Amino acid sequence: MASGFNSASDLKRVRGLGASGTGVHHWWLQRVTACSNFVLVAWFLASLVLLPNYDHGTVLAWVAQPLVAVPLLLLIASLFWHARLGVQVLIEDYLHQESQRLIAVLALNFFILGTGAIAAFSVLSIALGDPRG
Amino acid sequence: MPQMASRPLSPHLSIWKWRVHMATSIFHRVTGNAMVFGALTLFAWWLAAAATSKEAYATFMSVAGGPIGWIVWVGLSWMFFQHMLSGLRHLFMDTGRGLEIGIAKTTATMVFVGAAILTAIFWALMIFGRGLV
Repeated sequence: MASGFNSASDLKRVRGLGASGTGVHHWWLQRVTACSNFVLVAWFLASLVLLPNYDHGTVLAWVAQPLVAVPLLLLIASLFWHARLGVQVLIEDYLHQESQRLIAVLALNFFILGTGAIAAFSVLSIALGDPRG
Repeated sequence: MPQMASRPLSPHLSIWKWRVHMATSIFHRVTGNAMVFGALTLFAWWLAAAATSKEAYATFMSVAGGPIGWIVWVGLSWMFFQHMLSGLRHLFMDTGRGLEIGIAKTTATMVFVGAAILTAIFWALMIFGRGLV
């Protein structure tokens, strides 16, 4: 046995995946989506300031533009992904029982995928479809 | 199964001493998770309502434009700027810089002050800045 303090077993160290079993992938994606959120949310907030009003017609005409619909879809992907990673850490920090953790992370994934899909589909239906004004 | 250590394994509010750099960390987590269930849900509702019908959009706007709506928007915008600035602080610290107690305290204070200033600027632009461009 190795002397001194070792936080991982030999097998874990060889695999380099640590306690999570997935290495630094989660940590890294949280940073990547943080950077994309920074740019995309700044664009979104600037757009909110620049829109003349938030009437239905104004918002539909705004979302329907390609250079709005695409950043909006990217914003949805980036935000919801970042959100999922963040809440997962909260769950893993405070729910210590494996079964509770599993159910909470599953519920989180369903929530994120559900609301994210609604948001993305809405943008697509405004941009591509013929929304009922 | 090895015996679990009896020390606290997660950030425990009752054990940690309240200091500005500790508060930044707690606020980062609280604002992040609150925005997932607040801002993202409202964002999806806004888009879905716009894509669904004039009536659905009017229902959203009657809530969003009311007094409760205003409190929620101001609160969410502050949460975003707080989370964004402490997120940038995290990215800075990820590079191994700013970890000394003095610098960590200074940057933590800058996060709180900066978030308040950015929120004020954002709403000044939202209310008075419409004619600028």
